[in-house]
Amino acid sequence: MKSQTDSPIIEVAARGLAPVIQLIGIYVFFHGHYGPGGGFQGGVLLAAGVLLLRMAVGFENSQVQVPSRKTLILCSVGALIFAGTGLVALLMGGNFMDYAHLPVPGMEAADIRYYAILFIEIGVTMAVMTALISIYDDLLGT
Amino acid sequence: MQWQIEFLLFVILIIAALVALGIRNLLAAVVTLTIFSFMAALIMIYMGALDVGFTEAVVGAGVVGIFNVVAIFKTSRKSCD
Repeated sequence: MKSQTDSPIIEVAARGLAPVIQLIGIYVFFHGHYGPGGGFQGGVLLAAGVLLLRMAVGFENSQVQVPSRKTLILCSVGALIFAGTGLVALLMGGNFMDYAHLPVPGMEAADIRYYAILFIEIGVTMAVMTALISIYDDLLGT
Repeated sequence: MQWQIEFLLFVILIIAALVALGIRNLLAAVVTLTIFSFMAALIMIYMGALDVGFTEAVVGAGVVGIFNVVAIFKTSRKSCD
């Protein structure tokens, strides 16, 4: 699975399909406010696009999209965004993840709650996507 | 036509589970397990749990299948029990 595939059909189909899968992942992530979806599902879809490229065009050729050595760093950054939003609210006098206490000037509490959940979802998406890619790379043993 | 669709989904679910347990070729077992997971997702969506069904379809039918295929490529293709 390290070498490039012999079949041009698989490679061209995977190259065309992976951006569409990732676009659907971004749509699911942003649509989590209004319907089914959210950070976890969007992150898994984003990871599925990268994993399709990893399987189809080879491990070395797909390092351009998400390099292997950066996956765990990005996973840690995502977890830091997730926990940091809650901790900032805790430091500003509220409960853990009580978004209304976040220090944003000029916004009402309801608006802060509405936009702070987006930061949580960004953290979850980054953590889930890069963690799944890291699991794949570790399974491959490279 | 309400309970017939759900009954058909359950029948496919149970058949896919039995085939995945009994088959010797592990790659075929992964494919049948994907069918099982997708049928479970369809049943959850049919029951009204859209979010759970969506997660099941994405994780169970997508990423877990890829991980199983990679694990089979690193070990052996046939079951030897």
